[in-house]
Amino acid sequence: MEPTFAAISVSLGGSLIEMNIFEYIVFITPQMSEGLGTTLMIYALTILPALLLGFALGIVKANGPAPVKGLLGVYTWAWRGTPLLLQLMIMKFGLRYIGVIIPDILGAVIVFTLNMGAYITEIMRGAIQSVDKGQYEACHALGIPRGRMMLRVIIPQSIRIAIPPACSEAINLVKDVAIIAVIGMQDILRVANQITQRDHTIIPYIYGFIVYLLLSSLLVKLFGRLEKRFTSYD
Amino acid sequence: MTICAIDFTISWDYIAGFMPEIWDGFFTSLKIFGIVLFCGFFIAIIIAALKAYGPKLVRSILGVYTWMFRGTPLVLQLMLVYYGFPYIGITFQEGIVVAVIIMTLSAAAYEAEIIRGGLISIDKGQFEASKALGMTFLQTLRRVVVPQTVRRVLAPSCSEVIILFKDTSLVTSIAVYDLLRRASGRAGYDFTIEPYIVALIFYLVFSSILVIVFNRLEKRYSVSL
Amino acid sequence: MSEIMIRMTNIHKSFGQLCVLNGVDLEVEKGQIIAIIGPSGSGKSTLLRCINQLEKIDKGVIEIEGVVVTAVDTPGVHAAPKEQVRATLNKTGMVFQSFNLFPHMTTMENIIEAPLTVKKMKKEDALSIGRAKLERVGLAEKADAYPSKLSGGQKQRVAIARALAMNPDIMLFDEPTSALDPELVGEVLDVIKQLAAEHMTMMVVTHEMGFAREVADRVIFMDNQNIVADCPPKQFFDHPEHPRIIAFLDKMLSNKAQ
Repeated sequence: MEPTFAAISVSLGGSLIEMNIFEYIVFITPQMSEGLGTTLMIYALTILPALLLGFALGIVKANGPAPVKGLLGVYTWAWRGTPLLLQLMIMKFGLRYIGVIIPDILGAVIVFTLNMGAYITEIMRGAIQSVDKGQYEACHALGIPRGRMMLRVIIPQSIRIAIPPACSEAINLVKDVAIIAVIGMQDILRVANQITQRDHTIIPYIYGFIVYLLLSSLLVKLFGRLEKRFTSYD
Repeated sequence: MTICAIDFTISWDYIAGFMPEIWDGFFTSLKIFGIVLFCGFFIAIIIAALKAYGPKLVRSILGVYTWMFRGTPLVLQLMLVYYGFPYIGITFQEGIVVAVIIMTLSAAAYEAEIIRGGLISIDKGQFEASKALGMTFLQTLRRVVVPQTVRRVLAPSCSEVIILFKDTSLVTSIAVYDLLRRASGRAGYDFTIEPYIVALIFYLVFSSILVIVFNRLEKRYSVSL
Repeated sequence: MSEIMIRMTNIHKSFGQLCVLNGVDLEVEKGQIIAIIGPSGSGKSTLLRCINQLEKIDKGVIEIEGVVVTAVDTPGVHAAPKEQVRATLNKTGMVFQSFNLFPHMTTMENIIEAPLTVKKMKKEDALSIGRAKLERVGLAEKADAYPSKLSGGQKQRVAIARALAMNPDIMLFDEPTSALDPELVGEVLDVIKQLAAEHMTMMVVTHEMGFAREVADRVIFMDNQNIVADCPPKQFFDHPEHPRIIAFLDKMLSNKAQ
């Protein structure tokens, strides 16, 4: 027996068609998938550069000369102290008003990379500084030169310390990507927004909500496993 | 004054001209921040305590709640409620109502997890010792558990507060005239970048103030017990 | 006369306002085993750590095997060129109270890291030295274990093997057994005794009175930022003269008896 759901009227090619929920969900899936594709693409393009950038800058910030530390300090202060949405707006609109135009996707990836990079930089720097001082003393006593000490002893331990908070950030990134909807880019949230306005139903939002829930849960499991693998000393 | 080759000159008169609306937006952001911080904090404590010590059913329900609010973007939640709920019969007069309610629930979910983490990290031995001394559960919580928990959750909680302040900018998406919306509105109307720069400075200064305040707090109270 | 391995002259060291070493003089001959004992805060560890430059002195001269490795605020005396100082310091080895093993490397990797990096040995040569040293401290079978899987006593023995792998002329022990459970102390002391029997020049900061008495050639007692006594163990333990020493021994030995 078919349950009675609210019927959704969709105007298609000029005429009004009635669908039930399931048909409707199937109907909007192609568009939603495109939006999801944009979300995943930006996520994929950002995550590796951001981690590498943060990793490198974190090492420099922990060990570098004072002026470099100062400069990097300004970088992390500015990018962590202002909202992501504002940064995206400046990238897309603000720069345009002074004559600099950057294509949407590229601009978004740059902003996300620099933003997440700032957080990873601080995480890595903190990790390096939390390595037990005794490790430095043992290397000194053994005569191991500084460069080699960083490479073989300090940094490997720092990475293990940095992995849990870095994984947290990686999971947060996927939620942050949704913000591009507010600056008019076609991620899954914006698609949901548009379809809702077109068809006058809440279903696209619920759809997007569930997709995100599954996506973030998947990432939590994935990064959870990654964490376990890399933070045990066996 | 010309800054560089790119088409960019600063006009101080222009900036002075739009400052009133910027301040207006800033105070709106501040208002939202304050209310959400206050309410969210109390709700978080209750949720954390229930999740740490409550009956299984309550824990499960709250688990679903935190899962949903931490597993989806805040901006999605805001839009879902403000733009989507009217289609199931719930309309809102003003976006700011949605903003405050949803952000409170979201902030409470994140903070509850932090507090809960602190609560369950308290060694069982503390409870055992308290019981052996004749204290009730509530007394134990108040005199033994809470003081230790506060020290442990202070640092991550302070981070959350700063994130919360920056997240207020997302209410732009549901037509709330906060700092960001005022700035982007002015910038979009005049095709200028100055409003954005001013907004940057506002956010930067306020978040820096928060950082300084929290660093002091952490120095005084955050010692591992 | 035997070769002077370490000569410390007029060593002054303060941490901020707190004076820790106040004009200390010390000479160590080759093959001697020195036990340094004294109450907490008397500067014992600091004195040791100044030798291999883990601490920077405020004034004085430190010579190792005739080479001036450190000279501060002493007119007419300068440290040798950097390369020579580095090479000379590499002839000292140190064992720490908290072991300081590299947790992300196996036992063998810990031991061969410095020979590979500093002495630029070939891997096979480093490994054979590593195996020999590990054998020597009685832990040959733990070559592939990670430090987290070892007991305290085992960790310290690995640390000793790691220091020995660099073939030092002088071994410095900074309270090697203070962080160990009582039943694990013996296995570490046995290894140190073996080294002593082979006439390795050693300085050991320790609280283990029995060990000091049995193994040391000289017992140095530090109190009030300076050396108060420097004599053979028999004289130190059986015929103490200084009232501070008597009080100290009284306290230490009565604690032990419990």
